[in-house]
Amino acid sequence: MSAAIPELRQFDEAELDRVFARLEADAAAQARMLTGGESLEAFRLQWLGRKQGLLGQLSAAWLKSAPTEAKPSLGVRFNRLKAQIESLLEESRQQDQAGSQASGLDVTLPGAAPRVGAEHPLVKTMAEIVGVFQRMGYSVGLGPEVETDFYNFEALNFPPNHPARDTQDTLVIAGQERKPLRERLLMRTHTSPVQIRSMLEQAPPLRLVIPGKVHRNDAADATHSPVFHQVEGLCVDTQITFSDLKGTLDHAMKALFGSAVKTRFFPSFFPFTEPSADVQISCIFCGGKGCRKCKHSGWIELLGCGMVDPAVFEAVNQRRSELGREPVYDTRKISGFAFGMGVDRIAMMKYGIGDIGLLYSGDLRFLEQFA
Amino acid sequence: MNILTQWLRSYLPRLPVDDRRLAEDLTLRGIAVEGEFPASCGGTLYEMDITTNRVDAMNHYGVAREAAAIYGLHLEPLAPAAPLVENRTGAGFPVRIEAEDLCGRFTARMIRGVRIGPSTGTIARYFAALGQKQILAPVDVTNFAWMDMGHPTHVFDLDKIEGGIVVRRARAGERLRLLDGSEKTLTGDDLVVADEEKPLALAGVMGGWDSRVTEATRNILVEAAWFDPAAIRSSSRRHGLHTDASHRFERGADFNAAPLANHLVTRLVVEQSGGEVEGPLVDVKVPALAARTAERPAIRLEVSQVRRILGKTADEEGAGQGIAEEIVARHLKALGCDLTRQAEGEYAVKLPSWRLDLEREIDLIEEVARVHGYNRFANTLPAFQGTVRELAHAAQEAAIRQTLRALGYTEAVGSTFVSAEEAETFGCAELAGGVEGAVAMGNPLSAEAGMLRPSLAPGMATMLAHNLHRDVSVVRLFELGTVFAGSTAEVKERLGLALGATGAAKAGGSLYRPEDALFYEVKGAMETLLGKFSSAQSAGSLSFDAAGLPDWIEPGRGARVWLNGELVAVFGELSAAQLQARKLRQPCVVAGIDAQRLLADALRQPVVTELSRFQAVERDFSFLFPDAVTWAAIETALQGSAAQGASPAKEVSDLRSLRPVEIFRDPSGKAVPFGSYSLLLRAVFQSKERTLAEQEIASWTEWVVARLKALGGAQRV
Ligand SMILES: [Zn+2]
Repeated sequence: MSAAIPELRQFDEAELDRVFARLEADAAAQARMLTGGESLEAFRLQWLGRKQGLLGQLSAAWLKSAPTEAKPSLGVRFNRLKAQIESLLEESRQQDQAGSQASGLDVTLPGAAPRVGAEHPLVKTMAEIVGVFQRMGYSVGLGPEVETDFYNFEALNFPPNHPARDTQDTLVIAGQERKPLRERLLMRTHTSPVQIRSMLEQAPPLRLVIPGKVHRNDAADATHSPVFHQVEGLCVDTQITFSDLKGTLDHAMKALFGSAVKTRFFPSFFPFTEPSADVQISCIFCGGKGCRKCKHSGWIELLGCGMVDPAVFEAVNQRRSELGREPVYDTRKISGFAFGMGVDRIAMMKYGIGDIGLLYSGDLRFLEQFA
Repeated sequence: MNILTQWLRSYLPRLPVDDRRLAEDLTLRGIAVEGEFPASCGGTLYEMDITTNRVDAMNHYGVAREAAAIYGLHLEPLAPAAPLVENRTGAGFPVRIEAEDLCGRFTARMIRGVRIGPSTGTIARYFAALGQKQILAPVDVTNFAWMDMGHPTHVFDLDKIEGGIVVRRARAGERLRLLDGSEKTLTGDDLVVADEEKPLALAGVMGGWDSRVTEATRNILVEAAWFDPAAIRSSSRRHGLHTDASHRFERGADFNAAPLANHLVTRLVVEQSGGEVEGPLVDVKVPALAARTAERPAIRLEVSQVRRILGKTADEEGAGQGIAEEIVARHLKALGCDLTRQAEGEYAVKLPSWRLDLEREIDLIEEVARVHGYNRFANTLPAFQGTVRELAHAAQEAAIRQTLRALGYTEAVGSTFVSAEEAETFGCAELAGGVEGAVAMGNPLSAEAGMLRPSLAPGMATMLAHNLHRDVSVVRLFELGTVFAGSTAEVKERLGLALGATGAAKAGGSLYRPEDALFYEVKGAMETLLGKFSSAQSAGSLSFDAAGLPDWIEPGRGARVWLNGELVAVFGELSAAQLQARKLRQPCVVAGIDAQRLLADALRQPVVTELSRFQAVERDFSFLFPDAVTWAAIETALQGSAAQGASPAKEVSDLRSLRPVEIFRDPSGKAVPFGSYSLLLRAVFQSKERTLAEQEIASWTEWVVARLKALGGAQRV
């Protein structure tokens, strides 16, 4: 490959324009044909080579024969041409490098990121719920998983013959028969004992959110597990009302599931609250129009709540007196509300988990989906 | 329980809403309608779900009372509809209550000359709609009365009764054959309805076989009574009999409903089966029990307390105000309460006999809220002046989780329970002395779940196996949760942590044999994790040894982990016996960590070391060592032992780092003799104050070589 040497007929500007435009075009055309490696070096030698280079030869010949007044213009044109050829050469070099990389890579192959562990859906859901209440000024309260009958039942106004006290619902620790009933050890069936423990420790006002693991003697199936998780809340002060309970949970549900969510309250029954309520939220899947997930009702039942039963405050006062503390939970002045929700149920609903057993299986195929 | 709206509407002919709306309004007031189906008798069949404290509403009249309260309708009180045609010549049937603490009221009435056939008319129609099986007309009548007004009644064959009725405690060992055909041996705690000779029925639970009404029965005695809840509950449980009657009596029946129910049953028996009523209604009452139930003293209600508990309403009238006094009074009256105004906003409230669940002012406040409708109260947010308490260990727990996830470990939640065998084998090897003992369950879920977990390690082994058995061959899991020690007398809880790893560690690289790589990967994870805590900050605070491993770890394939001389973890490959028992074919490394010990520690606060401006110099040393020379020995020889604070040896003041780069053992024994290994060691020298001189480095290098030779190393060239 070689560039033809153009004939320079005279040194006027028009003729110089024509000849240099031709040289530029030739160089550009050759550069487009370059295939990298050696061809780049050949191109450089052909144009810019110190001995055989075309530019060197032409400038030597033309500058010699040019009239004095044409020499500056000729010099400027040679310099410009040289710069252009160098930039063509650089461009080709870069293309060459990029090309060689691309030819070695299949960019569609999967990447090789190190595997990162996944958050457990229960831990994640629990943290989200707790976070909502922490932002509302609630402190986190924790308590033991093995409890006494006093904290799990007696102080929470479960009468001695209440069905929930049956061993068929409660997992009990062996060898408790000789102890007085209130001291017998069992797996807590709810996180409510922490409410009692907290009120024994602290005087009102009190705002607590209580996450934790609980156990019941339930046969395992798709929606029941002998172990599950709860988040409870407790708010006690001098001016706490049922409408405060409604407003607090309405706010919390909006914070958890979006501001479009509505709540509605139904009468219910729990030994430790009165009035007691079940709370439904408008279906987060269909917005309340009705779908399979809400059984076409537009509503999903999510939590239980109520005003703290005066009997609970009385039990706390009595125990505080026994412990030499001031019985400060005066039922004529102090009031409060409590609420509780099943973390498993919420996680299952949120992530479309069909079998509660998956949450406790350690099955990586399931857990990895939360990475 | 099922409700027919047609039956319901017979009590409330002016009910202003359709069945659909009625269901919704009842549900919002806690009388929940769970299902609605067209009924064969016309109207709708409701499937109800009513909380157990509201036994009074588990019948048609009870639901009608709720509906009347909601819509402000008048409801006729339960009373005998038509006067009974009585043969007043006879005396009443003799009834004696001996167990006056357990039976509060007993009513009895005789009907003579019945001809028993199938039920007809309304009873037959409603039974068909409800899918209720017909038995014999008088028995159907008692079932009808039960569904109508919720009071259990019983019919006896009068001719099987010898002498009069005696309500008494059973004699221990006394035998009674019941309606279901079963033969029961009674105890002194059972209450029976007997005659002068023998028990006839297990009171409040089930009638007796011998005195039952049959097609041949000609004369009937109708019973309606009130029994003590606790006595019926214990009797029903003792004999494993849960009946409609026991359900109601256990939760408190209506003391005043007994004579009304007797009237109703008597009238319907005569209607269905003919015959004549003989003598007056016998009604024996125990005043002490009446005083505890139907005639309870009135309780005080202050409207200010109602408002204090319920807060603001969202009603258009008086929105944002507490509930109005006249509304409070109206709702309570509709439920059957008798209100006497004592002062401004203050009432004495006499409680209805059918609502034994109402005892306190708060119970009335709940009723006001319920009948008014919960959703008619406003949504308000309370002000708060208290302080927010930080959870002591939240930051440490979050750091553990975050670090392990970054290392590729996924969080799992396993079972709280282990088998006795697992508790024995795994124990709590990761816990320091003083924490021991396993706790047995009194009523375990299964034999495999007989103990509270003393460690998370066995559960982790189970979860690794779960995955491997499902062809998930690369697994990294951790669990953070409570572990239990102590005894059934006192249970101590701690936070435990376990790691589990199996499959595809990066092939050993230049340092580890491929079969050891997994162990070192887990060791690396432990070092990274423990390194997050301040106790592990100083060099040498973390150490590993291979002594005293528990049985679940394969000998020679595990380590104990010490933090400043305190045991914090054990980890290693599951023993061959464990792998075999769990049917596993590939090595699994499990770690048990005493997370509670870590929580006592603050998280490490990074303190930056100034970077040197001077060039670092690397020197490699290639040595052959006997297998007995450990890395720790080499490190100590060159850097000083951990016990001495791992300060740099005086002879080499600027040794910045020392690490093994390559370890090689030759299985053929040619390149490296058996029993020894070749080590490529890299030392980096760097000063913070100056550029190191050639001679300095040369002398340090010589010193290093000399020390390594002193350890028994042979330099390779
Ligand atoms: Zn829906």
